[in-house]
Amino acid sequence: MGSASSMLTQYDIEEVQEHCNYLFTQQEIVSLYKRFCQLDKNAKGFISADEFLSVPEFAMNPLSQRLLKLVDGLNFKDFVAFLSAFSAKATVPQKIELIFKIYDSDCNGKVTFNDIIQVLHDLTGSFMSDKQREEVLSQLLHEAGYTRESYLLLDDFVKILDNPGLKMEVDVPDD
Amino acid sequence: MSKLSTSSSEIDLDRPNIEDYLPSGSIQEPRGKLRLRDLLDISPTLTEAAGAIVDDSFTRCFKSIPPEPWNWNVYLFPLWCLGVVVRYGFLFPLRVLVLTIGWIIFLSCYFPVHTLLKGNDKLRKKLERGLVELICSFFVASWTGVIKYHGPRPSMRPRQVFVTNHTSMIDFIVLEQMTAFAVIMQKHPGWVGLLQSTILESLGCIWFNRSESKDRGIVARKLREHVEGADNNPLLIFPEGTCVNNHYSVMFKKGAFELGCTVCPIAIKYNKIFVDAFWNSRKQSFTTHLLQLMTSWTVVCDVWYLEPQNLKPGETPIEFAERVRDIISVRAGLKKVPWDGYLKYSRPSPKHRERKQESFAESVLRRLEEK
Repeated sequence: MGSASSMLTQYDIEEVQEHCNYLFTQQEIVSLYKRFCQLDKNAKGFISADEFLSVPEFAMNPLSQRLLKLVDGLNFKDFVAFLSAFSAKATVPQKIELIFKIYDSDCNGKVTFNDIIQVLHDLTGSFMSDKQREEVLSQLLHEAGYTRESYLLLDDFVKILDNPGLKMEVDVPDD
Repeated sequence: MSKLSTSSSEIDLDRPNIEDYLPSGSIQEPRGKLRLRDLLDISPTLTEAAGAIVDDSFTRCFKSIPPEPWNWNVYLFPLWCLGVVVRYGFLFPLRVLVLTIGWIIFLSCYFPVHTLLKGNDKLRKKLERGLVELICSFFVASWTGVIKYHGPRPSMRPRQVFVTNHTSMIDFIVLEQMTAFAVIMQKHPGWVGLLQSTILESLGCIWFNRSESKDRGIVARKLREHVEGADNNPLLIFPEGTCVNNHYSVMFKKGAFELGCTVCPIAIKYNKIFVDAFWNSRKQSFTTHLLQLMTSWTVVCDVWYLEPQNLKPGETPIEFAERVRDIISVRAGLKKVPWDGYLKYSRPSPKHRERKQESFAESVLRRLEEK
């Protein structure tokens, strides 16, 4: 699957499907490829941050910078693997794993009080003060049985978020 | 559309609430006491972002949808080949000839009229208008265009402007063939720019530069002045600000709708049966675009002159613009999207992100109060 080709072979599709753990159908992979080629304006084989940001709906999203860290420069196979967390077939723990990655910006497997504050800052901007954010988070952590010094691991996230369940799906259009 | 800020010259402050239009079915208003889960759950925001990566209505507006190939079988393919030979070998040279003749006639009449009748303004303007209409007819003939005009022809009255949806610069030619409009357009480089500064200038056209923010105030003033003048050619405005692929319409800029005059909508719909008239300015130059049209069988389009509209009492210019956009979109079968066409050239303003942040912050603080 070269960067310049705009046609996927059956082998390519199967390879990508395997890489994303069969969370997308072959038809969805073909549609995603069309979309990938549309965003990758000069057929480099990956989509640059700038090209992602040229989609206004993405650029306006408060978490766009964090997502960009995960998705910038991915080739098509990894692009599909990234999006597979949003497939209807993905399990809730798989989705929570992506959420955990967004919080864990230094990728050390632990989410600290500060990590959560950073994300909260992206989500609330100037409409909450730092003090308010820290107070709210401290209070909620305490109520859930954690402290400011606690590290949250992936299992903690699963425990907290999978209750009552999580909906995080996108539909891949087929035109 | 509850919060509309007072009118300012910022192009991004005067938009109706995009959130009203965007799919946000996944975000329900959360209720009840705030828990840690609610703070950590970023899935709605992530879903929106991923949804935008997978498909977004803005990119759709500028996608050239290629026609389905039909030359599939044993007799259609040779027919198609014959067609190519006819189009490129016969029609195209003929059309170039027609266009050249048209230009020769035009230029040889235009310059004498322009220089010799300097004193007699009224006659000069009348002749220049006629000549521009003539050269536009030559252009249309060079595509053997089939253009059907519906509705009453525009009349020259003061205090009225014409607005239309925008698919290509040939929109101007298509309309100009019938009526000598003065148009407000982006200044282009190359031979188009040359034409703009010389001949079209005499029609009273107004030029601007998208990237110059100071331009906006100057342009607004020029618009106003033009509209007041009884003798000026009727003004044609493309409120979308950019070429869209004739399947969608993007937000109309409010500039045309706050001049305090009647707005006459015009809808243009191209039939893609022989050629797609959408000028994808990112993919091709205008010259290439024209050549593409000249080597196709024909350009087919419908033009509807619609009922003139006025600002209703209690209506803001933005609401007026949206209402007119609705009228045009319905007539031309276009889907409306809530995007500003200028997002093709620049990033969205932080205001949109701030609205989302504000709404989330508000929700958190409110639920904190609930015990």
